[in-house]
Order: sequence, then C-alpha cells, then structure tokens
Amino acid sequence: MVTGARTAGECRWEHFPHEADVGVRGIGPTPAAAFEAAALAMTAAVADLEAIRPRTRVIVAARAPDPELLLVEWLNALVFEMATRRMLFSRFAVRITGDRLEGEAWGEPVDAARHGPAVEVKGATYTALRVAEEDGAWTAQCVVDV
Amino acid sequence: MDLTLLEPISDVAWRIPAAGPMRVPGVIYATRELIEAMDHKVYEQVVGVATLPGIQRASYAMPDAHWGYGFPIGGVAAFDPDRGGVVSAGGVGFDISCGVRTLYTGLTREQVLPRLRPLVDALFAKVPAGVGSRGKVHLSPQGMDAMLAGGASWAVGEGYGRPDDLARTEEHGRMAGADPDAVSARAKQRQQDEMGTLGSGNHYLEVQAVAQIYDETVAKAFGLAVDDVVVSIHCGSRGLGHQIGTEFLREMVTRAPEHGLTLPDRELACAPLRSDLGRRYLGAMRAGINCALANRQIITHLVREAFARVLPGVELPLLYDVSHNTCKEEPHEVDGETRRLFVHRKGATRAFGPGHTDVAEPFRAVGQPVLIGGTMGTASYVLAGTASGMDLAWGSACHGAGRAMSRHAATRRWRGRQVVDELAARGILVRSPSLRGVAEEAPGAYKDVGAVADAAERAGLARRVARLEPLACVKG
Repeated sequence: MVTGARTAGECRWEHFPHEADVGVRGIGPTPAAAFEAAALAMTAAVADLEAIRPRTRVIVAARAPDPELLLVEWLNALVFEMATRRMLFSRFAVRITGDRLEGEAWGEPVDAARHGPAVEVKGATYTALRVAEEDGAWTAQCVVDV
Repeated sequence: MDLTLLEPISDVAWRIPAAGPMRVPGVIYATRELIEAMDHKVYEQVVGVATLPGIQRASYAMPDAHWGYGFPIGGVAAFDPDRGGVVSAGGVGFDISCGVRTLYTGLTREQVLPRLRPLVDALFAKVPAGVGSRGKVHLSPQGMDAMLAGGASWAVGEGYGRPDDLARTEEHGRMAGADPDAVSARAKQRQQDEMGTLGSGNHYLEVQAVAQIYDETVAKAFGLAVDDVVVSIHCGSRGLGHQIGTEFLREMVTRAPEHGLTLPDRELACAPLRSDLGRRYLGAMRAGINCALANRQIITHLVREAFARVLPGVELPLLYDVSHNTCKEEPHEVDGETRRLFVHRKGATRAFGPGHTDVAEPFRAVGQPVLIGGTMGTASYVLAGTASGMDLAWGSACHGAGRAMSRHAATRRWRGRQVVDELAARGILVRSPSLRGVAEEAPGAYKDVGAVADAAERAGLARRVARLEPLACVKG
C-alpha cells in the first residue's frame, strides 16, 4: 500500500496505487469526516498540502441517491471549483443530511512557483469506489483521473 | 497478469475465452513480457467490456494497455446500434479526443541544435502549460458554440493556422454531428480560460529528431528522413472534455436501470446508442472532439509564433493529427456485411490501412500516420495503419508507452531536479512549471515504448515507420 498520510485527529488520508491515475482514500469516524479526508487526499495528488494557505472559503453542495455516488459528486464539485476558480484547497468541512451534502473548502489561488502543482484532476471516477464502515471507522475512496 | 488465464493465438495475440456474462471473447495484442507486466485489473476490465450489450467480435486491448476506469486504457470495442449496442462515457475517457499532432520544421538536427535553448524557452513562454495556467483566447457564448461545432476548422477561420492544416487532421479538422447544446453551461464555463493550453500530467510539447527509419517507402510518403526535426503536441479537450465526461458518466450510472442495463460494475456505465441519453452524449462528445482539435490548432499557431522569433522563416506544416480517446461511427465488415459500428478507442489510436477513404489523401496509398507518444527521455514512434489491422481490432493501434508505475512510486524513486539534470546531461532540455510533475513523468515510470511499437508491428496492427528522439520538452 502506498501512503502519503497526514494524521489530523482521528482522520487520515492515503493514496492507493493505480497504474495511470491516483486512488484517493479518506478515513474518519463519520462519513462526513471520511469525505473531508478524501478531499485532502485528492488535493495532495496535485500539490503539497502544507503549501496551500486556507485563506478563502468556497461553499459547495452535492446531492446523490447513495453515499458512494455522493462521494463522487463531492469530489467532482471540488474539481470544478479548482478548475474554474484556479484555486487549491487545503481545509474542508462536510455536513451530510440524507442524500445531501453541504461542504466548505478553504484555499487560495494557484501560485505555480510556490505550489508547484504536479497535475490537475480531470474528474473523480466510479473505479474502486467505496464508502463503508469497518470497526467504527469510515472509509471513503475512489480513483481520480489525472 | 497471469498468462495461464489466456489462450495463445500467436506470440503477440492472446484470447480470453467468452465465459459467464461475456458476450464475446477478449483479445489482448502484446508480447508475453508485456502481458506479464500488465496489472490483473486490465484482464478484469477487458472481461467487463466484453459483457456490454451489442459488442461485436471481441473486447480488445492494445500492447500498451493498462488499468483505466471502466475500459482499460488501450481498450478498443465496437458496438452495433442495431443489436442493442451502447455508448460508454468511460469507454472514451475524461480527456475526450486527447491526441498527438506532429509538425515538420523542414530543419535538420544540426540546424536546430545551436538554437535549441532559446527555442525551448520561447515555446515554454508562448504555450500556457501546467495547473492553473490560462489561455489568451476567450470566447463569447456564441464563439464557444461556434468552436464546438467547427473544431480546428473554426480555429483556422479565426486566424489560428492555415487551411492546409485541415487536410492533415482527422475528420478534416471538424467532427460532424457535434451538438453544442448538449454541452452543459458548467462544461463551457470550465473551458472559458483553457483554449490554447497544454494542460498537465502526461501532456507535452516536444522538439524531436528522426533517429531511425524502419520503412523507407512509407517514411518518404510521410515526408520523414533521418535527422529531420519535428515538433509534437500531446494534449486534449481540456476542462470542457473533463466536465462532459464527469456529467455523462454520472447520468449513465444513475439511469442504467431505466435503460434495462445490468452492469457488473458501475464503472462500466453506458447508455443504449438508440436512447436520448446515448444521442446526447454522442453530440456532446463530438463537440468535445472539436474542442480538442481546436485546442491543438491554437497551440500549433503559438508554436509557429515561438519558432518565428527564434528561427525565422520556418513554416511548420502539419504531418498529421490523431486522436486517441474517441467513439466514432465507422463502417466495418462483420459476418460478410458492412455495418455501421460505434468504435470506442480509449488510449488507442485509429490506424486505418492503405486505400481507406478516411485516410488523408497524401497517405492513402500507404496507410494513415499513427503518432505514438513516448517519454521525454526515450522515444516516440510514427507508425502506419495496415490492411490487416482493419480485421484485427477495427483499424486501431497503441497510443503510447503506458505507465509502468504509479505517480507516487515515481516521486519516491526520482526527484524532479535530478530528472531535469540527467536529461540535460544527455542534451535533452526540459521546461516545466512543476518539478514534482517532472518526477511523476520520469522516463523510467513508463514501459519500454520500443517494445510496445514492436509488439504492435508484430501483431499486424500497424507498421513501424520512424523513431523520434526528444531534443527538448515542455511538460505541462
């Protein structure tokens, strides 16, 4: 297992191997916490999280009929905001109510010299998609196309 | 991949017998060594594609196949609308019509090398590359729709390039059947600042020299000789294509039950070709193809401007432009009759053989040029389509080297500065906004592109014509 983990309380994120793209996995005590950690994993595929200052808040919303589809919607909403605002985010907050997600992302405009972003995320996919609870910890994961 | 799962057809073709829900067999074109290096997921994905309704003859994988989403990258599959056939957004991929375009410089290696450093610096300054970069072409809503309907033909009309470029672009630079109204406002918004940008990841702009000729006759028809310098551009439909892929993948996943589709995995989401969703996707995807063709056309114009500053008088005519993430309606022979099939090529290049009416006139006698991107430290290849390839895999061949290790594994093994310095010591100049990006794209992270091209030739998919060596690379 390839990991690039950063621990934040009970939450952590990892990258899992995929030949061409990147697998992103968030682990936390609740689905919402796992979704937040998965967003960190996705950003870490682009640039070093420590270099991204959480200065500006962007609000996103998503809706889907099941938790796995909701994870893809959440990550794709962030991909859209990163692409159209030319921003990177390093802090996330998620609230899930039924089939709806309300999310916040804090970040700053891309600074090529300081962030040195390696690759842009084209979109989250349904490959290796899983949102599940095991021994009290929630995992939220999928492959993102880069 | 475990070879014992496969039946050998030859030493470069292997069959996965149809079993269980598979409607057709799988066929993988590759050497024993390339197959053994493939992830088992490629096997699973070739099998998964073989279960989809209306698939014809076989689910194919090219020699550079690797694990994708839904379809393998290097996957080829054709579907018949008269037999319940489907179209799959994952079978095209997010980067719709990603492809390679190669330009002649009319100069030799000896003529370019003294000016290589200012040339690569001018290219890096002129062509926006990397995450967050913005293009200089901004379109009104009407302009966006005209671009989506007109492709490279639109770009030439706007002053980016020359009319004779179009004759050497697939579809003559304009994909018919595009429906700009099927492209969402969000997809158009995502493209707002991205026209004429290279992107990131494995996208690049390279100055290359012809290092070896394999077939003198075809090389002459392609206008290539040893030590000729060419420029190759590898990029696609940018944010617009990515957003089209995202939105239709979601709609195909959620609406599969109403189309009566039982999918072995959600990643195989698709829609019947004869459904409203299938038709809308085709219209949007074709608009995405036009976006990619327009994008490569604008970058061509920027490359010419950069050359004009450093090597005045160089015209840079087009050799050819091929796409390798598409679904195209094509006539093919099946069971003794000609049928119109929808051929998905995901990380696979169209490779039509000699005499085919869709091959551009200058190459019709020898087969279409097939442009294979390698790595910034090894080589790229020019192949030619074959007559046998039409029967082997609907006239398709490989598209690149294919990754051998993940991006994370590459950054653990190499540092970007080290890669840049080592290549510079070999005379290859690299410019990139991201050293981490360079490390992730290190030549060693890819399979041996020579082995891939050799396997494609031995399998009969395409013939090797020329090997290109990198001199300088702008990496997104």
